[in-house]
Amino acid sequence: MSTTQSSSHPEAVSRRAFLTVSAAAGGGMLLALSLPERADAALTARSSNSVEQPQHDTAINAYVTIGADNTITITSKVPEIGQGIKTALPMIIAEEMDADWNTVRIVQAPIDPKLYGLQFAGGSFATPMNWEPLRRAGAAARAMLITAAALTWRVPEADITASGGKVIAKDGRSLTYGQLAAKAAKVIPPDMKSLVLKTSANYSIVGRSIGGVDSPKIVVGEPLFGIDVKVPGMRYAVFLKCPVFGGKVVSANVDQVKALPGILNVFVINPEAPTGLPDGMAMGMMNGVAIVASSWWQANKALETLKVVWDEGPVAHQSSTAFAAKAQELSTQTPQKVIRSDGDPKGALAGAAKVVEAAYSYPFVAHSPLEPMNSTASFADGKLEIWSPTQNPGAGKTLIAKTLGIPEDAVTVHVTRSGGGFGRRLSSEFMVEAAMISKLQGEPVQVLSNRNQDLQHEFYRPGGFHYLKAGIDAQGQLIAFTDHYICYANGPRASNSADMGATEFPAKYVKNLEFATSTQQLGVPTGPMRAPGSNAHAFVFQSFIDEVAHAAGKDPLQYLIDLYAEERAAPPPPPPPSKGPPRGGGGGFGNLGPPFSGKRAQGVLEMVRENSGWGKRQLPAGTGMGVAFYYSHLGYFAEVVQASVSPSDGAVKAEKVWIVGDVGSTIINPTGAHNQCEGAAIDGISQALGQKITVERGRVAQTFPEYPLLRMYQAPEVEVVFKPTPFAPTGLGEPALPPVIPALCNAIFAATGKRVRHLPIDPQLLKT
Amino acid sequence: MSYTIKVNGTDHSVDVAGDTPLLWVLRDTLDLKGAKFGCGMGLCGCCTVHINGIATRSCITPISAVGAAQVTTIEGVGATDTGKRVQDAWLKVDVIQCGYCQAGQIMSATALLNANHKPTDQDIDDAMTGNLCRCGTYKRIRAAIKQAAGLPMTDSREV
Repeated sequence: MSTTQSSSHPEAVSRRAFLTVSAAAGGGMLLALSLPERADAALTARSSNSVEQPQHDTAINAYVTIGADNTITITSKVPEIGQGIKTALPMIIAEEMDADWNTVRIVQAPIDPKLYGLQFAGGSFATPMNWEPLRRAGAAARAMLITAAALTWRVPEADITASGGKVIAKDGRSLTYGQLAAKAAKVIPPDMKSLVLKTSANYSIVGRSIGGVDSPKIVVGEPLFGIDVKVPGMRYAVFLKCPVFGGKVVSANVDQVKALPGILNVFVINPEAPTGLPDGMAMGMMNGVAIVASSWWQANKALETLKVVWDEGPVAHQSSTAFAAKAQELSTQTPQKVIRSDGDPKGALAGAAKVVEAAYSYPFVAHSPLEPMNSTASFADGKLEIWSPTQNPGAGKTLIAKTLGIPEDAVTVHVTRSGGGFGRRLSSEFMVEAAMISKLQGEPVQVLSNRNQDLQHEFYRPGGFHYLKAGIDAQGQLIAFTDHYICYANGPRASNSADMGATEFPAKYVKNLEFATSTQQLGVPTGPMRAPGSNAHAFVFQSFIDEVAHAAGKDPLQYLIDLYAEERAAPPPPPPPSKGPPRGGGGGFGNLGPPFSGKRAQGVLEMVRENSGWGKRQLPAGTGMGVAFYYSHLGYFAEVVQASVSPSDGAVKAEKVWIVGDVGSTIINPTGAHNQCEGAAIDGISQALGQKITVERGRVAQTFPEYPLLRMYQAPEVEVVFKPTPFAPTGLGEPALPPVIPALCNAIFAATGKRVRHLPIDPQLLKT
Repeated sequence: MSYTIKVNGTDHSVDVAGDTPLLWVLRDTLDLKGAKFGCGMGLCGCCTVHINGIATRSCITPISAVGAAQVTTIEGVGATDTGKRVQDAWLKVDVIQCGYCQAGQIMSATALLNANHKPTDQDIDDAMTGNLCRCGTYKRIRAAIKQAAGLPMTDSREV
């Protein structure tokens, strides 16, 4: 666009430019955009030296709206699931625009990829993806306010500064953002690339601990969550699916259930093609029976009467016992696929002074966020409106449109606060079910799972089996390492989140190494759970390296530091493509961050040694300390756990966790950052101590009472320290979790001499 | 069947089956969404309310058992001194992650402090063990209870 056009149609140009800037700010495609040059001539033509008194709120860009009363409304683009992003991302914008945080109000952004780019909560992506674009969105708003002031006062922009929601001229005059908003909105946005951003020394919002923006509403019980949504005329429903994944309804006692009090309708839903099973992320409309009632209690109670004859389908024979037996059998055979081979692992093992060999396994695990899956949908006139506690609204929208056979633009998704996510809400079946049931009912319907349904119809963190060997030389150096990973698969592909990357540590740091896999077929849906892949592989590799260190007669913490000292595999083979993010000691993370650095790994290890008093503390008998390091989601985490084991019953008590994390230069919101790490430690310990989903006859064997989540009295003290390094800040939802599990298991070894090789930890094996 | 219950100081008449849990009467009949449905089995504590001051799992308390008792929910507990102090402490300590369990946590903590002005760490463990927090904010819940009680916020279980 040219300045001539903007001169003749200033409003139209301004709108188009606004959209362009917004897309740039949200989409992470800044460099590809060519934004209009600053059009001072055009601006001068329609400028005046009077300040319009704005009568209403004015949108400066897709993220910032300024009210006449100086209230600054900032949109938060990503779903809030407890990761604190609704506080942290707006802080970045507010910082760069020099807002007064006390006048900032946060609202959840609508789902609009054109304005905001990707809008999902997962992969600890939000910080690395949005740090730079949101800084620029804030800085652009500030620049536009300064331009508006310059035009008003007819003074050079260089003579104007901004601070605390005001612009201030050299001569002392000042105007509030509210006074300038209307004029600023008409200014052609600045060149996003050449905006000057603040340096950390000038931060007054970023780096300050700011409490969760919704917390004042939560402590008084305001309705914020998906389950709290109430739409006029709304009905309530439950949806019963076949206990065996992928099973179909043959018949059901529909009439008997319909006769119960409060029951409005019973629908047998047999879609011709259930979407995407058994990949957890793509779970769509499954076969089942929906009960719609005047109250949820009545609908749920009717499940006691509902009798369904199921065709359980082809996976009803599967069981965890058979999976374990098959894994054992496969482990003795030649691996189906070698995913990495460096040097001569077999020869090096044969020539090693000592060989350590172990089999590790971990179970399926359920996410179990405390707010059960639910959505509230309203289908009318070919359009669907839905309120959902989802981590993945865009995917939900697509799947709803596909399932109902309506265009995507006929689907409106309202993202509510989520009562926990942990990856569970990346799938969309709980959105699709509500949409379908509302369509069948012809009224708005809230569909809510009861707790056992929620546990038994999840998608799960896949279990796995690893058969490892390590060779050490006479000096205790690790010279050979092999892993045969028995992985679940659906058809030719590894089950969702079951794959292993070729960069898993100690790859690259051992001269002779082989990673190989074999697969067995699975009918249970799996998918990402907080730190997917890493939450399992960290346990295996960081526990086994601890075994190797002990076999070498070395201090395990120093052993890790020494391993990370230099890359020993040469030349490094090109890693095969992997769906998941790199972890362990892997490569980069797309273009979101720098490549893995062994020095940063050593840095956090050295710091956690200091902080935890590693090797210097006198511990009572039956108490030990264990260490682990893990790199995932661009974050470097070294963790030490102190744990005690009761000799009489083998009960494990995690007493304290020391965490040192390196997530770059800036901790955006320290209180939130610490909270994430504290929670990740509790989450990992909770998994390690008791969580296991087993499959029997194709279905989940556990009910909620048999799936223990950690309670207050079991929770250790957690101490978190961040080590600043000169890199852009990265996310914290996930990377603190993986190392806590092996650190706990290594502490148990230090306390008892007994090695935990299978999760969850079995106290029976730890008794003296 | 018709029941009259007193919630946050106000009488409400509701027409529901006698086995309907108090939780669903609060949430769906009276539109008080603060108490949450977590498990429906009395295992997670998300639904905790006070019945005559006692922390009670409303998901397994049938409406027929409530009678003339005083029911206090998260929406009403801030009207009491202890409840307000606990809510304020929750904000001061910045306890919350997802927040789904926190209404129940606050109700249990308030009941604890009403009964025991200076709880020990053991007392806190005992009173709060029925309230799950899947996000793992236990350290901060402990600190906030101490803050509300005017106690030092150090963890006496420190190793």
